[in-house]
Amino acid sequence: MTKITEEQFVVFVEQMPAFPKSVHKLMQLTANEDAATRDIVALIESDPVMTVKILKVINSAFYSLPQKITSIQRALVHIGVNTIKNLALSIAAIGVINSQNRAGFDINQFLEHSLATAVISKKLAERMQVPLQESSDYFVAGLLHDFGKIVFAQFMPDEFKLALEQSRVQQVDLHITELKYIGISHAHAGRMLAKKWELPASLANAIDLHHNKEGDNLLWHCVFAANQIAKTYQIGSAGNPIVAPYSPKTQAFFGMTMDELVTELGDIAMIKAEVQQKLELK
Amino acid sequence: MKFKFWGVRGSIPTPGPQTNKYGGNTTCIEIRTDNNDLIILDAGTGLHQLTQTLLPQMPINAHILITHTHWDHIHGLPFCTPIYIADNKLTIYGGQDLKTGEGIERTLKVQMQHSFFPIAEHELKADVSYKTVKAGEKFRIGEAVITPVLMNHPVINFGYRIDCDGKSLFFTGDYEPQLNIYEPDGSEYQNFQQMIDECADSLVQTIQGVDALIIDSSFTEAEYVHKKNWGHGTYSGALRLATQAKVKRLFFTHHEPTRTDAELDAIYAELLTNNQQMNCELIIAQEGVEVVL
Repeated sequence: MTKITEEQFVVFVEQMPAFPKSVHKLMQLTANEDAATRDIVALIESDPVMTVKILKVINSAFYSLPQKITSIQRALVHIGVNTIKNLALSIAAIGVINSQNRAGFDINQFLEHSLATAVISKKLAERMQVPLQESSDYFVAGLLHDFGKIVFAQFMPDEFKLALEQSRVQQVDLHITELKYIGISHAHAGRMLAKKWELPASLANAIDLHHNKEGDNLLWHCVFAANQIAKTYQIGSAGNPIVAPYSPKTQAFFGMTMDELVTELGDIAMIKAEVQQKLELK
Repeated sequence: MKFKFWGVRGSIPTPGPQTNKYGGNTTCIEIRTDNNDLIILDAGTGLHQLTQTLLPQMPINAHILITHTHWDHIHGLPFCTPIYIADNKLTIYGGQDLKTGEGIERTLKVQMQHSFFPIAEHELKADVSYKTVKAGEKFRIGEAVITPVLMNHPVINFGYRIDCDGKSLFFTGDYEPQLNIYEPDGSEYQNFQQMIDECADSLVQTIQGVDALIIDSSFTEAEYVHKKNWGHGTYSGALRLATQAKVKRLFFTHHEPTRTDAELDAIYAELLTNNQQMNCELIIAQEGVEVVL
């Protein structure tokens, strides 16, 4: 059984390519001088691989900034769209992910789930009156919460396939079977990545603990709840069939059950439409 | 501390009878501290004339701060004579190229490639060293404290605040405040506007009360309508920033290349007429003019 080390894992991440559809679309958009900046921003933000890579480059170059740059929008304010486009294209040129990876992991489904979690997490944050300028953190944390799985699919496909199969057949959480076959859960892998990318500790914690029912801060509750909502309503799939029940703590936090919370957020069809709209950019 | 303009033109040098008064060289500013330390802001074509005046003072120790690597800000580097003469020491500061991760050393290497220039970077006789600048990370040059600030432009661009001898100045390099990319009635508009405002507030705080603000003001409001996202500022934007930051003297620079002396004079007259209430001296940057702070 191959067990992964932190060092190996980081090497894999460095080789992570972007998604083919978004790369193609980005090339079309950036070739068009009249393309709206907001479309370019939306496209990049819809691709977690590209987003994270860009933010990593920017934060490592400007680590002395008083505030970490945690979203493409914020990066845009500081350095303008031209540099971001340039970076995105150079990242895109590294190669494209094989959506038919040997693990049989559906990248498009994964992306839909990630985006849904991001959108819902941000909506929950707004509902809890998080200041607007912080709500992008909730989007990013939601977008990246399962990011470790992409690296597994790409670089440890055989082990990840076994973990996915056992999770599905035996109806156990995927992060449990990952520990058995890979030696590390995607949540913990996500923390290592977040640390490597110099993302704020709060994001790294939320990603690391998104399957741990003992979290108790705003960001954690929003990502945890958003993940369960996305799974319940089957907006995309990231390979884990199990919906975790809300702990009493989460219920108390939002002051309602998950069904009530979804009703609060408005129509789930609206959320699906928003995710689809972001996906169609790709 | 004192400074002197050696180049005030944007984009391309514009020699000729129409630009004799304000000058046609591209961006270059010489700063001298009370200790006579030499700090140079940008290496446009004005650098050539500046360095001619340094030859009698050799060996020199110069610190060149590059705001960004567009041509009009680096064109003078291979024509900076002291780099070819032993015993001179030059330190060139600038940002990192995000794509390749290379520092400012890349600029001269690329400029001096065989096809473009007869002498290669590795053949320089002077002691030339390079330092990568990071946003918000202050550094010292002699008695001067330099604060680099990321400024929005179509390439990584730093503004530099320089504090020395109890005086201060800020040079923006090329700068256009980010516009809101969303429709005013869209949900993202407010969120993005908040980020823009935070960035603007942070800039105002950083340059609060400087003795001199030297700012990219390429366009009138009427011209700007057709020049959005080109990366350059306006006269009114400069006035706004100077007012908010309560600066003592405001220098408009990076003159648009087709702008004649007569046009600049007319713009200046209008600026003075319309802003008599400002507690800030307004000046059009002019090649050859020295300012003692």
